[in-house]
Amino acid sequence: MSPTRFTGKVALVTGAARGQGRAHALALAAEGADLILCDIGAGEAGTIGTLPYALGSEEGLAETAGQVRALGRDALTCTADVRDSGQVDGAVAAGLERFGQIDVLLANAGIASISRIEDMPDAMWREMIDINLTGVFNSLRAVAPHMAGRGYGRIVATSSIVGRQGSPNIGHYVAAKWGVIGLVKSLAIELADRGVTVNAVAPTSVDTEMIQNEGFWRLFLPDAEQIREQDVRDAYTALNPIPIPWLQAADVSHSVLFLASDEAKFITGEVLPVALGWNARNAS
Amino acid sequence: MERFAEKIVMVTGAGRGQGRAHALRFAGEGAHLVLCDLPAARGDAELDPPATVPYELSKPEDLEETARQVQALGRRAVAMGADVRSLEQMSAVVAEAERALGPIDVLVANAGICTSNPLPTMSVQVWQETIDINLTGVFNACRAVIPGMIERGHGGRVVAIASMAGRAGWENIGHYAASKWGVIGLVKSLALEVAPHGITANVICPSSVNTTMMHNDSSYRLFRPDLENPTREDVLPAFASVNVIPVPYVEPEDISDGVLFLASQEAAGITGATLSISAGVNALNI
Repeated sequence: MSPTRFTGKVALVTGAARGQGRAHALALAAEGADLILCDIGAGEAGTIGTLPYALGSEEGLAETAGQVRALGRDALTCTADVRDSGQVDGAVAAGLERFGQIDVLLANAGIASISRIEDMPDAMWREMIDINLTGVFNSLRAVAPHMAGRGYGRIVATSSIVGRQGSPNIGHYVAAKWGVIGLVKSLAIELADRGVTVNAVAPTSVDTEMIQNEGFWRLFLPDAEQIREQDVRDAYTALNPIPIPWLQAADVSHSVLFLASDEAKFITGEVLPVALGWNARNAS
Repeated sequence: MERFAEKIVMVTGAGRGQGRAHALRFAGEGAHLVLCDLPAARGDAELDPPATVPYELSKPEDLEETARQVQALGRRAVAMGADVRSLEQMSAVVAEAERALGPIDVLVANAGICTSNPLPTMSVQVWQETIDINLTGVFNACRAVIPGMIERGHGGRVVAIASMAGRAGWENIGHYAASKWGVIGLVKSLALEVAPHGITANVICPSSVNTTMMHNDSSYRLFRPDLENPTREDVLPAFASVNVIPVPYVEPEDISDGVLFLASQEAAGITGATLSISAGVNALNI
C-alpha cells in the first residue's frame, strides 16, 4: 500500500454531504483522487417524509468539497436525487465533462427508517426501495457503459450486515440491502471481462446521523423515559462481538479503498463485512 | 510503506507457493517470520509424510529457500520442519520461535493439500489425511498460537486460507470442500471467542492459484477428464472456465494482498469474515 494509490484517478461518491460518503471521499482525496461529490438537493428534501432524521444538505456537500480541496485535490459537486436516473446520469455526464473519466464509483447514498413490516405504510416501503436499491441501480448503470468502454473501473456499493440476514423493525432496509448484494454480484459477472470490478461493503453500526437519532435509540430502548448516551452505547455494543458500539466512518473507508485499489483486481462480486464480527454469526 | 515493522508473523506451509509469497510480502513490509512446513522424513517420526498427495511435497530445501529470501530482505527468519497434524510439533515451533524472535503477532494458517477422488469410493486414508492437514492443521496452528496472544493482551491477527470449495460443493473434491467449509466454521467461532481480546480471525477464499497444487498431473486430469495426459496448454481454458474474470488462475501475490490487508491495522473492525479473492467465482453464490 502506498499513500498514492489513487493518484490520477477520479471517483464519484453518492451521499457525499456527510457521514460515510464524506469520509470515503476524503480518504480517496488523501490518496490522490479527484472527486465528483453527489447528494440530494434541497428541493427534494421535503419529499422524503419517512425519516427520523434530517437529510444531507447542500451546505454539507459544499463542506465535503472544501475539505477535498484543502487536501489539494479537485472536487465537483452535483446535487442529484439517486431515485431519479436522469439526475444521476446528469451527474455522471457533468463529471465526465470536467474530468474526462470516472475510475471509481462509490454507491453510498442511503437512508434508514423504522417500522415493523405489518405496520409499514406503502410510502415508507417505496421510498426505501427507491433510494437504497433503485438508487444504487441508477448509479451503477450510469457509470457502467463508460467503465466497460474504457476497460477499467472499480465500483463499491454500501450494503449492510443486515443485507446478510434478517432483522426486525427494518425489513424494508434489510430487503433493499440484500437487493444491493444481488445487484452487485450480477453486475460483477456482466462486467468481469471488461476490467471492471463490482463489490460491496457490509458495515455494522456506523457513528453517523443515520443511526444516532432519537428514532433509532427508541428502537433499542423502547421503555426508557430519558435516553442516556451510555444506555445507547451498551445497546449497540451488544450487537457486536468486538465490544465497541459502532465503527467510525473512516474505519469503513479503509475497506472501501482496499476494494477500489489495484490490490483488489481479482476481487469482484464480493461482500466484505466491516462489522466488528457480527458476520461471524452468519454465513457472510 | 511498512505496515508490519518489527511484527512477528508465523506462516504454515511456508516452503513454497502461497505460503512463501505471503512470507515475503510480510518481510517486505518489515515483519520477521516464523516459517514452518513439512519436516524431513525421519525413520523415527511419529507421523509418516502425507501419503495420498499425488504431487511432490514441499521439501526442507524449499523452506530453507523461503527463509533465505526473507533474510535477503533484511528481516529475521526462524524456519522449522513441523507437521500441522501434530499439535505438539506446532507448539514446539511457537515456543522456539517466540524464544528466538518474540511473541507472534500474526498467524497465517496456510498449509494445505488438495487431492481428488469421488466420495462414493474414497478411501478412509484419503478422507482422513485431507481433514487432518487442512482442517485439524488449522486448529492446531491456532491452538498453539492463540493462548499466548490472549495472555499477552496486545491483540493479534489470524488469517486462514480456505477456498471457494469452502463456499459450495464440488465434484471429486468433497473431502477438500468439507475441510475448507470446516475452516470457515472454525475461524468464525474462534473470531467470536477472541473478539474481546482484540484478536481478529478471518478467512481468505481463493479459486485457482498459480502453484504446484494446481500444476500437477492429478489436477490437470481433474480439470480435463476427457484427456489421458493433459498438458498445461490443455488445462488453461478449463481453469479459466471456472472463474468469472477470464483468467486461468490468480498469482500467489494476489492472495498476499488480501492476507496483508486483513492482518493490518486497517482491518481492526473485520473479524469472522471470509474474503474471496477468486476472480469472481463468489459472484455465483453468497
